[in-house]
Amino acid sequence: MFKIVNKEHFSENVVHFEVEAPLIARTRKAGHFVIVRVGDKGERIPYTITSSNLEKGTIDLVVQGVGVSSKKLNELNVGDCITDVVGPLGRATHIENFGTVVCAGGGVGVAPMLPIIEALKKAGNKVISVLAARTKDLIILEEQVGKYSDEVIIMTDDGSYGNKGLVTNGVEMVINREQVDLCVTIGPAIMMKFVSLLTKKYNIPTMASLNTIMVDGTGMCGACRVTVGGQTKFVCVDGPEFDAHEVDFDEMLMRLKAYN
Amino acid sequence: MATLQEIIKARHGEPWREQLRRSMKAKERGERPRVKMPELAPDYRSHSLNEEVNLGLSEEQAVYEAKRCLDCANPTCMSGCPVEINIPTFIKYIEVGDFLKAAQTLKETSALPAVCGRVCPQEKQCEAQCIHVKMKKEAVAIGYLERFAADYERITNNISIPQNTKSNKIKIAVVGSGPAGLSFAGDMAKKGYDVTVFEALHEIGGVLKYGIPEFRLPNEIVDVEINVLQKMGVKFEKDCIVGKTISHEDLQQAGFKGLFVASGAGLPNFMNIPGENLIGVMSSNEFLTRVNLMDAASDDSDTPVQHGKKVAVIGGGNTAMDAVRTARRIGAERAIIVYRRSENEMPARLEEVKHAKEEGIEFLTLHNPLKYEGDETGHVKRMLLQKMELGEPDASGRRSPVPIEGATEWIDIDEVIVSVGVSPNPLIPHTFSGLEVSKRGTIVVNNDTMQSALNDVYAGGDIVRGGATVILAMGDGRKAAAEMDKALQAK
Ligand SMILES: Cc1cc2nc3c(=O)[nH]c(=O)nc-3n(C[C@H](O)[C@H](O)[C@H](O)COP(=O)(O)OP(=O)(O)OC[C@H]3O[C@@H](n4cnc5c(N)ncnc54)[C@H](O)[C@@H]3O)c2cc1C
Ligand SMILES: Cc1cc2nc3c(=O)[nH]c(=O)nc-3n(C[C@H](O)[C@H](O)[C@H](O)COP(=O)(O)OP(=O)(O)OC[C@H]3O[C@@H](n4cnc5c(N)ncnc54)[C@H](O)[C@@H]3O)c2cc1C
Ligand code: SF4
Ligand code: SF4
Ligand code: FES
Repeated sequence: MFKIVNKEHFSENVVHFEVEAPLIARTRKAGHFVIVRVGDKGERIPYTITSSNLEKGTIDLVVQGVGVSSKKLNELNVGDCITDVVGPLGRATHIENFGTVVCAGGGVGVAPMLPIIEALKKAGNKVISVLAARTKDLIILEEQVGKYSDEVIIMTDDGSYGNKGLVTNGVEMVINREQVDLCVTIGPAIMMKFVSLLTKKYNIPTMASLNTIMVDGTGMCGACRVTVGGQTKFVCVDGPEFDAHEVDFDEMLMRLKAYN
Repeated sequence: MATLQEIIKARHGEPWREQLRRSMKAKERGERPRVKMPELAPDYRSHSLNEEVNLGLSEEQAVYEAKRCLDCANPTCMSGCPVEINIPTFIKYIEVGDFLKAAQTLKETSALPAVCGRVCPQEKQCEAQCIHVKMKKEAVAIGYLERFAADYERITNNISIPQNTKSNKIKIAVVGSGPAGLSFAGDMAKKGYDVTVFEALHEIGGVLKYGIPEFRLPNEIVDVEINVLQKMGVKFEKDCIVGKTISHEDLQQAGFKGLFVASGAGLPNFMNIPGENLIGVMSSNEFLTRVNLMDAASDDSDTPVQHGKKVAVIGGGNTAMDAVRTARRIGAERAIIVYRRSENEMPARLEEVKHAKEEGIEFLTLHNPLKYEGDETGHVKRMLLQKMELGEPDASGRRSPVPIEGATEWIDIDEVIVSVGVSPNPLIPHTFSGLEVSKRGTIVVNNDTMQSALNDVYAGGDIVRGGATVILAMGDGRKAAAEMDKALQAK
């Protein structure tokens, strides 16, 4: 059950896993996630399915070790089994030919963005990906993103790779240069907030994938709730993607600190 | 086949029963005071999360209580039980000391007597209809006796694994492992079907595991039942969400000839008032799931839970009582029930209200929250309550709460648990095309057969009724099993 068949470090703290989960591999689409539990005392934690392999019956996860649960997961090795993997959860990304799409990903947010980039490209969009991180070593998946992007713009806070600056600088550069029809942003909540503020200024429709605290992931507990357009939504069943301009990011940022 | 009335009459007329009735005067039986359930002391148990409050009757107490039952020729108590357990028969077996026969009698109609004996709202069901009540005396303690007999069977290791009739190799799928799903699975396995139960969570048992706390229903009791089902050949697939992980069509293609949907009423209601998304405000589902399913109150569990010192629980049902008593047990100094009607209208079991009060829970009835306010970190710190009074009866027949103009009050709290009801889990209604779904989101079934608008799909429990009870869910499972079997055999 849920055996790890491949493990690879993308950076010191970011690990890519290939996990046996044939049923999930069969039905997942871009935007879906799973809930994972490591050990009998482990928490239920959500991770995006970044891709899958139908023949091998595997799904791919990219996990950034930040706290107890993600680090526990990242310590598992090939041959180990993940105690529980359930999914695919959430709504699949709405994909169509929008025209030109800017995909703004920060840190490990690039991983969940990868399947969306791929699907957008296959649907005929011009895809410009902006990848941002603090420093060179934390830029992940550049090559894979490049495969499905017309252009990849790298931003690092310290200028150690690509352009020096924030993800918003990269996005604004594109906006100033050409017509952008849609922006997709996935990353830390604070980053998505600023991308959203920027694109709102330019009236560019923007979609953010929210990474709230979850428990069941099936709509049962309400831990994942956010305010979107003045209404309470459950990220696990109504999302994870929402119209970024409608999301109350300040409330989300506050709620993310519930257990810190 | 004999009707229920004929069975009751025949059993009532058996010589041993007649003899037993004559062994003690009805008057004497009726004059006995009702037995008291031994329980943990309130000041001890209000700090002990997992120890069961009710300790169970001793054999002497059970036999004593059984003698209070008059063995009525027309046992009105039975009409109060949704699955019509043959109450006088099982009680009289207790009176003669044949506790195993008593347990077997329970199992004729109930798949989970050890559970129902503990959690049924007896004072509204069987015990409400006991003849003693009509004579202004206390009802026979049917629930306590039911628990006693079922526990006796388990503790003495006498649970028999029902013999399956010969396997018919017909594959049947069950969606959800709560009481409805478990009872359906048991009955179908007995009839020879090849049954697989699919459960979304990583534990089997539904609300019995993640909702109702151990101090009221120990997990061990649920596990014993699950074990029996496993020994009967029922397969359990955890971490599998029907409609997501596998679809209705997948199941059909895999050869499942019938489906029983028992996916429960999992969706928590909120009140949509200001401040409800502050940190420290959560649904009772979240709070109880963290504590019961994820064991969050233990040091060695990775899952966290708030340990509020001043906790308000909004609502007056069983879930609210479970949440408030759990909060108390994990450290609340003040644990308050806030309920907009009066105590008379509270839907919770009487015993839970009594136990809660003994454990130091405060009851702010005729109060309703208007909004919550947080501190600078977004953590809830106080709530504004509206005082209410009772007006005319509403659609539910209960007197409706009406706000008293201008009467409001702030109360300091650091945790709020919202327990104002649940809605049906929308997952199956959304992903099974062709199902008929009501405005409330419940699956519409034929009440006589539990069959939905889809031929091969039956449904029961909370997904059909909205939030109901364990015994009703279980009864639905049994009925659906009987009807699905009939339909499949007719083919
Ligand atoms: C839909 C979705 C997709 C995601 N996809 C990815 C992904 O592909 N890769 C990735 O690295 N991360 C992803 N995340 C974030 C990830 O779920 C966790 O937030 C992160 O791994 C939490 O790390 P931690 O528990 O180790 O520690 P910390 O961040 O230190 O968290 C401290 C505590 O807060 C609670 N907590 C924090 N986040 C969550 C959560 N999301 N669910 C439940 N409890 C939480 C836990 O109790 C945790 O122990 C996703 C989140 C969501 C909602
Ligand atoms: C805290 C609490 C206390 C209660 N106290 C009492 C009491 O004292 N007495 C009483 O009689 N009743 C009580 N109830 C009500 C009672 O528990 C329910 O009426 C009963 O459990 C309903 O049973 P069910 O089988 O329909 O569903 P549930 O017990 O809700 O089980 C449904 C199961 O289906 C699973 N599921 C849902 N969707 C899917 C899917 N798509 N695929 C796979 N699995 C799925 C869920 O994870 C769950 O495990 C209480 C309820 C709660 C929440
Ligand atoms: S199942 Fe419930 S209602 Fe029926 S006799 Fe037992 S306790 Fe009473
Ligand atoms: S009504 Fe009361 S006294 Fe009569 S058979 Fe039922 S439990 Fe016994
Ligand atoms: S995680 Fe529980 S409702 Fe979304």
